[in-house]
Amino acid sequence: MKQMVVDVSDVSKSFKIHYERHQSLKERLLHPRTGHSEDFAALKDISFTMEEGETVGIIGHNGSGKSTLLKCICGVLQPTTGEIRLRGSLAALLELGAGFQLELSGRDNVYLYGTMLGFSKKRVDQIFDDIVAFSEIEHFIDTPVKFYSSGMYVRLAFAVAVNVNPDILVIDEVLAVGDERFQAKCIDRIRRFQQEGRAILLVTHSADQIRALASRAIVLESGLMIANGDVADSLRVFREHLLGDTPSNEVNEHQAGDVNIESVTTPTGSFDVQSGASMHFDVHINSAHAYSGNFVLEIFTRAGVLVSRSDSQGSPINLRPGRNTVGIDLPNIPLLDGVFDVNVGVLDPRGSNVKAWGEKVATLQVTYGGRQGGLVELDATIRQN
Amino acid sequence: MEDPTSAEAVHEGLAHAPVRVMSARVKLGTRLVNLYSRRELWRNLVISDIRIKYKGSALGLLWSMLNPAFTLGIYYLVFSVVLKNGYPNYVIFLFSGLIVWNMFQNSVFSATGVIVDRAGLVKKVSFPREILPLANVGSAIIYFLIQLVVLIIFLFVFHHAPEWNMLAILPITFASLYLFAAAVSVVMSAITVYMRDMKHLMEVLLQLWFWMSPVVYSYENSLSVQLAAHHIKMLYFLNPMALIVLTFQRTFYVNTLVHSTIDGHAIKMLPTWQPSSFLYLNLAMLVIMGSLFLISLVIFGRLEGNFESEL
Repeated sequence: MKQMVVDVSDVSKSFKIHYERHQSLKERLLHPRTGHSEDFAALKDISFTMEEGETVGIIGHNGSGKSTLLKCICGVLQPTTGEIRLRGSLAALLELGAGFQLELSGRDNVYLYGTMLGFSKKRVDQIFDDIVAFSEIEHFIDTPVKFYSSGMYVRLAFAVAVNVNPDILVIDEVLAVGDERFQAKCIDRIRRFQQEGRAILLVTHSADQIRALASRAIVLESGLMIANGDVADSLRVFREHLLGDTPSNEVNEHQAGDVNIESVTTPTGSFDVQSGASMHFDVHINSAHAYSGNFVLEIFTRAGVLVSRSDSQGSPINLRPGRNTVGIDLPNIPLLDGVFDVNVGVLDPRGSNVKAWGEKVATLQVTYGGRQGGLVELDATIRQN
Repeated sequence: MEDPTSAEAVHEGLAHAPVRVMSARVKLGTRLVNLYSRRELWRNLVISDIRIKYKGSALGLLWSMLNPAFTLGIYYLVFSVVLKNGYPNYVIFLFSGLIVWNMFQNSVFSATGVIVDRAGLVKKVSFPREILPLANVGSAIIYFLIQLVVLIIFLFVFHHAPEWNMLAILPITFASLYLFAAAVSVVMSAITVYMRDMKHLMEVLLQLWFWMSPVVYSYENSLSVQLAAHHIKMLYFLNPMALIVLTFQRTFYVNTLVHSTIDGHAIKMLPTWQPSSFLYLNLAMLVIMGSLFLISLVIFGRLEGNFESEL
């Protein structure tokens, strides 16, 4: 039986917004009644559960309440109503190195931060070497952290949080840590966490990261949970709401929903292809008006790794009112054996707003007879000089 | 020991893990349990607090002795040498009260701004927040213990025996001191979040408070008669520091009646209460201070809900 590790039930959180802050005694005495404040509901009746081994992604715009929700789960904030039940230990990466004392050495900070996350000194003792090895700052561990570079600082914090092996790991947009190699290491560690059956709650702006890591996604919009389920479904809802959010000062004829991606077809009707062969897609787009925008094609592995993203390279596609067909030619598919998901979308010319989006509109089945392994064909020749 | 990172171990561990509930208000019992379960964090915070305070100073922890030694020297100079109060062994009298006061002042003064100063931590990491002011009280205990050692050295140097009967009461008195310092620290740290002036106000208040406690002067000699004449003796003892300081003075200074070093006339230094009276008074105070501490936690709980929007 899978254990429930997080149970959020009917959680709401409201904040007081101060219009005039009277924080000094004099001001309080002089203006006892002024300095009015208003309640702002950051979260409205959020309920969801998480089982062990699940990785749940929370996605939403700035101000949608995702960080507030995370803080409530971590216990940094108390919900105004409702309650959250947690089973097992939890480590949160809300802001890396928030608990560090600049004057103290890396070693002292590891112990301080470890106990702050709620783990015993004995446990930190056991994993101290792992933490140092993971953070790659062996030589500087006895140096005060005020002399650390920002990269070293966050690496150490990340290393503590993941190496204490919490049952629930909460991550708030902190995966952009260090250089690419260290990022890959972090992702690796998160995958190991998943294999070990630990639960991970991940907040991010990045749909790519959700696809790559999460088994389920929750979409928040102005404090409401508007989707909770399969990653692809949730991301579709998220994209649709991105559309709904196009600034209203844009001309009316460009309003949401007037461009729709209907379907993707191939001349043969089949999406099976040999590695190295060519392929042609037809994307059928319905547009209510003439629209000129950028076209995007994304190809993902089933594990959610983005293989390639290409766009119309600055030359916009011009949609006529009615049914349009956009052709995509892939002259030489370098992919190896596997199943790949295809996303297509129409963006505004600046590429900042999504006009229409088709998530997983096609599934590519690539067969490969050669002996290479991995994702792509490199055609490497190996010889001795 | 089985590998803690295997999937089975994780599953097994979870099955036995306790369930924690986060809701709008944490009950007092839960609060105490949480505090107790995070005692290691408390210890680490105390240690890091002391380390940071004396980091890079050549004399280090020695300052925690030098600092009160200077204060002691100044008061001795002013009251014994210049103003000639005539109290024999004035250093012992002064120091036995001063270590108590220092403990209280160190706690409250450093705890008052601690939540505001560590806003980054409070807003980002989850832990029972009252641990921060309590850690300040913790480091004050360490300084207290160091000063207590110095006091004991003084007793040897001056060949001054403490009142052995009273020594047994001291742990009770110390518990009261700890609980009172903790209660004031916890409440002040939370109030300061809403009223930043508290920090400055506290500086002034603590000075007044110091002179309202019988540290420098003898309560029995200077105040008790006048207070009794106006029937406000009780008012003076509303300040818990008064009884705490008197108990320490009675234990270490001992003599209730001394002869002036100036003209030899008798001075009533300390109340002539029996050790048993001290015991009962201290037990009563311990109960009151314990309740005050619990109340302070409840107040803190009320106030901490809005920390986020105020910090």
